[in-house]
Order: sequence, then structure tokens, then C-alpha cells
Amino acid sequence: MKAAIAGVGQTEYSKDSGRTELALACEAVDKALADAAIPRAEVDAVIRYDWDRIDELSLATHLGLKNLGWMSQAGDGGPAGNAIIHHAAAAIEAGLATTVVCYRALNGRTGPRIGHGPGEASGAEAFQMPWGMVSPVTQFGQFARRHMVTYGTTSEQFGAVAVAARRHASHNPAAVMRGPMSLADHQASRLIADPLRLFDCCLETDGACALVLTSAERASHGPNPAIEVLAGAQASGPGGAAVVFRDQLDVSEATHCAADLYRRAGLGPADVDVVMVYDHFTPFVLFALEAFGLCERGEAGAFAAEGGIEHGGRLPVNTHGGNLSEAYLQGLSHPIEAVRQLRGEAALQVDGARVALSCAASAGTASAVLLRGAG
Amino acid sequence: MLEGLAMPAPDGDSAPFWNGCEEGKLMLQRCDGCGQASWPPGPVCASCGGDRLTWVESQGRGTVYSWVVVAVAFTPELADQLPYAVGLVDLEDGVRMVTTFEGCEPNEIEAGMEVEMRFDESREGQRLFCHVPAGSDRGSR
Repeated sequence: MKAAIAGVGQTEYSKDSGRTELALACEAVDKALADAAIPRAEVDAVIRYDWDRIDELSLATHLGLKNLGWMSQAGDGGPAGNAIIHHAAAAIEAGLATTVVCYRALNGRTGPRIGHGPGEASGAEAFQMPWGMVSPVTQFGQFARRHMVTYGTTSEQFGAVAVAARRHASHNPAAVMRGPMSLADHQASRLIADPLRLFDCCLETDGACALVLTSAERASHGPNPAIEVLAGAQASGPGGAAVVFRDQLDVSEATHCAADLYRRAGLGPADVDVVMVYDHFTPFVLFALEAFGLCERGEAGAFAAEGGIEHGGRLPVNTHGGNLSEAYLQGLSHPIEAVRQLRGEAALQVDGARVALSCAASAGTASAVLLRGAG
Repeated sequence: MLEGLAMPAPDGDSAPFWNGCEEGKLMLQRCDGCGQASWPPGPVCASCGGDRLTWVESQGRGTVYSWVVVAVAFTPELADQLPYAVGLVDLEDGVRMVTTFEGCEPNEIEAGMEVEMRFDESREGQRLFCHVPAGSDRGSR
């Protein structure tokens, strides 16, 4: 029994929601259920992000969800965005759940700011933070540097990713950042952790996203075209939590994830019409394009610089503006945009989009889903 | 070496490393079974799964693998210590560690550059090491 995404929902994205994360979570979930025309009473499973501060039972208590039969968490951090859908689809396909709610609620700007780092040196961070590797950009910049060293990738090529995201966001009424950005603007933005500049870094956002999954058969009777989950995959890579100590920082662990994904779906990179990539930092769009076989290794920078990732280019990427310009909900806004593309209702629609890849080639974990529309 | 950053609480797996730093020594675990050094410290060998690990002293020599030059103070303590170069060094012992690169201008750092370890002598609190260009007569900052 294949699973499908029946509904999607999101709150306003802002720099100050003025509301609790619980209120944001409830609104996004209710909107996703309304989008699917599924009543709360039919929800029998809830899956949340491992980092979410609203746990499954809190959500269930406040939404009046009763008799849940499946509760779990997907991780790790941002790459949970596709993993959470993968886990939901697996529960449905295994017959363990029929109607699954997935969510991410985050006061990411007015609450604790992920971009400032954990503040506490525990776990693998204990061997990073005392030397000043205190925030995500100081970690992930190490990967960006290796991509430059190994392949000759340039800051201007990272900039092409940021410029494409902003151009796409300018068409998206929900995006937080819609004003124009040129490559010169990117190059003039201040260095944060050289080689990464301010405009290589994602936003910090208040808001929430949610999706509702059910069987493809049931979803086909809903108000929207059913968006089938063809396959999902997750990968830890060799480094686990100690990401910066692993062997190769210039190749993403998502290569493992990609092989599983395509094998399970019976499809390949050439079948993908539109791509959503977890873009906490611009270089990780390049890592993903290479890991998922959409560019040869080391060639994604040139592909981006030539406009290949723009709407109208060979392979449109992050047509909503991504984490760089739309909002940062830790990667759950990406599968939502993939659903909209496959329904044919995106703000910046890719004509004839039938298969979408939503993926994360971060460091630490990777995740991906391949989705197919009815068209 | 950077001053004022949050320090971890040593535990049973890591205490020999932190104690070594206090004495100006870099201590690593080496597996009795397969001979591989492992990092970060842990209860079992990450290469072969063996649980007989011996702490050995490293000379701390290696080459630069990656680095960033941090230009923003993510904690108030860092505000007057910018910019600083934090990165990864591949030690001759076969492990990759986080370190700061000092004793040269940030724009002089290159991948593969040979570096040596220095311990700060004047520091208050937990002593730490940094790396400087090999053969450099310049100490840490």
C-alpha cells in the first residue's frame, strides 16, 4: 500500500510570530488537515522532528487527537525534513498507521537561535567549541572550503545559489526575503566565516509547517491530487555526530542516501523534474546536486553559475526560495513546495513537473524523498 | 589560543585527554587490536570495534585539511579576538582534529600546509593547543 501526501499547511513566516511554538504547530497541522479534508479524529499517528520542542503528546493534547497508535521522531536536525515523510510513508506502507501528521514548529528568530550555536560543549561539540568552532557556520564552512580546495569552486558560484533563491522568493508571497539580490550584492555581503558570507547563510524564522500523509488510494479521493511517495531514504554517513572528523568533507554522505532512494523508486536522476534542497548554507545545494547524481562531482558550482538551477534553467531548484530567502523551518518547507509543484499550484510553477526530489545533503545526516504527482 | 569559551565537563572517556592538555601533552587513544588511533575519545575503537584502547602521547604534527576564518563574534568573549582561523588538522597519528591555526596571517593558510602544535603557557583555565606553520619561530597569538 503506497503512501501519499494528502495535505500541506504552514503558518505565516516572520521574524517575530508573537505566538508560542505550540500555537504555531497547531495552526500548521490544522491547515494541513483542512487542505486534505481529513478531520482531526482520523489522525492515528504523529511524527515530529527530534529537535522540536513541541512533543507528540503535547500536540495531541491540544488538538484533541485521541488514541494515537504510532508516535515517533525523525532526525537529525534539518535533514529530518524528508526523513519525517519517509518514516510516515513507511508506517503507512507497513499497515501500522493510516493517517499521519508530520510537523515542525519553530520560533527560530525570537526563540533560541540555532545560528548562534548550542552554547554548551557536550558530545562531539566538546572537541570543537573550545577551539572556536562554536556555531553551525564555523562547522559547515569547513565543508565549503574543501569543495573549493578539491574542485576549484568559487564564492561567486556559492553566490549563484543565493541569487537564484532570492529570484524565486520574489515570486512567493510567503517568503520573508523578496527584495532583489544581485551577485554583486552577495559578494559585498560581509564575511561570517570565510569562505562563507552573510548571504550564504539561511534565514532564522518564526513559523511552522505540517504535512498529512495517508494511503495513496485514500488520498486519491481527497480534494487535491494525491502526491505519491515513491521512495524515501536516510543516511548517517560515516561520521555520525562527529561530522567534522570524518574522512572526506568534499563528498556528501548523501551519496549513500541517493543510491537507496533511486533503487527503491526504480527511477534515476534523469527522471527528476524539479528539486528542493535543504539549503542552510549555499554550498550544500552543490553537495546535493552532486550526491543525487544531478551534476558530476565538482561540476555543480559551474552548473549553478550558468543558471542551471533557476526557474527556466535545466533543473529548477528551490522554486520557493528555500531556507536562504523564503524561511528556515529546518527543511520542512521543501517537501511542501515539492507538493505544490506536483499539484501544479506553485507560485513559480515548473511546467509539466511530475517527479520531484526533496533532499538534504547536510553534514551528519542526509535524507530524501521522491514524490510523484498525478499529472 | 582563544580565551573565555565554554569548556566541556570531562567524563570517563575524555578525562585523560583534558588532563594531558593541562600538562601540555596531546593524548590520543590507540587501539591495542588494530593499531589505529581514534578521535574523538570513546569507549571502543571506531575502526575495529575493539575495547582495549591505550592512551599515547602525540607530537601533534600534521597538515591543514580545512579551515574557516571567523569574522563574527558568536559569543561576547570572542569580540576582541577576531578574526581567528579554526579548522581541521590531519595528524601524523592518523586522526583529524579541530584546532586553531595561529602564527601566520589567515590568508597564508593553505590546504596541505605542514603545521606543528603549540600549547599556551600563559592561559588561565583549561590549557589548549593550537597549530602554527612548521618551523615557525612564532608562537601562538
